[in-house]
Amino acid sequence: MASAPVSEDIYLPRTVQTAVKLLIVGHFAVGKTTFVGTLSEIRPLRTEETMTQAGALVDDLNGVNGKSTTTVALDFGRLTLNDQLVLYLFGAPGQQRFTQLWKDLAVGALGALVLADTRRLEQSFEVMGLLEEFGMPYAVAVNDFDNAPSFPDTELREALDLLPETPLVTCDARDAGSSTRAVIALVEYLLTRPVQENA
Amino acid sequence: MTPHRRERALVRPHVVTGGRAHPTRNTFDVVTVVVATRASFSGLTPEKRRLMELCRGGPLSVAEIAAHLSLPISVTKVLLSDLFDSGHISTHAALPRTAHPDLQLLKDVLDGLRARL
Repeated sequence: MASAPVSEDIYLPRTVQTAVKLLIVGHFAVGKTTFVGTLSEIRPLRTEETMTQAGALVDDLNGVNGKSTTTVALDFGRLTLNDQLVLYLFGAPGQQRFTQLWKDLAVGALGALVLADTRRLEQSFEVMGLLEEFGMPYAVAVNDFDNAPSFPDTELREALDLLPETPLVTCDARDAGSSTRAVIALVEYLLTRPVQENA
Repeated sequence: MTPHRRERALVRPHVVTGGRAHPTRNTFDVVTVVVATRASFSGLTPEKRRLMELCRGGPLSVAEIAAHLSLPISVTKVLLSDLFDSGHISTHAALPRTAHPDLQLLKDVLDGLRARL
């Protein structure tokens, strides 16, 4: 279980010129927090944002049932890619009722990585729908849970109704190399997209 | 995974921001990098003083400032906006807000990620 070294220093290099962000999205308990924590060079941080509109439903969380507040927690991590460029990964909840939060996060985001669980593939549709609504390019990474069944890619693609060009990879959110490769698959895909203004 | 209850600030967010829900400017993204530019904190409210004390150590993104201060991002943006107006902070690493980021930026991200493997 390799993970990125955690720096004691919370600050960015003073030479940083550009900060970019990617969204790590998916349904509840799909491994977003683990994924972000595995890749982050700093202790992953959590911030809370209060939603302006009350959600119609509450999360299906054992022990938190009846919680009707509209506060959502955002987990995020940081990767300094070179002395001028830093990448932030934001783990974002996948429910439609967090649309306002998405508007804030999605602006300027390079793209999104959808984490999926083969035991609950159908729960990924809502978040993929949201991404399409926001016009945000995405790749899908199946988080390889120990007790989850594995399927051939063709079956997974069909089950998730993916476009032929949408990357599909398998990763272990607890492993830094595996998780890094999943992010790389997303960025490689972003580079192949046809419309590149200001390029 | 289960969100644990965070210690609440003694002062409610709307008091911290002087009753305002929106910043005076809309230039702060969650990944906008903030740098302290003034060493004197005189005249600042306690929350702004806390923010400046945090930022004095080096550059941080808006999201990191919010997390370290246990403030919602929206409240943090209001405070930062005031501090920007009063010359206490500057921002850089402004996020490209184009729908399609330029190729060189994506290539730099890719190179940085590959170097970590």
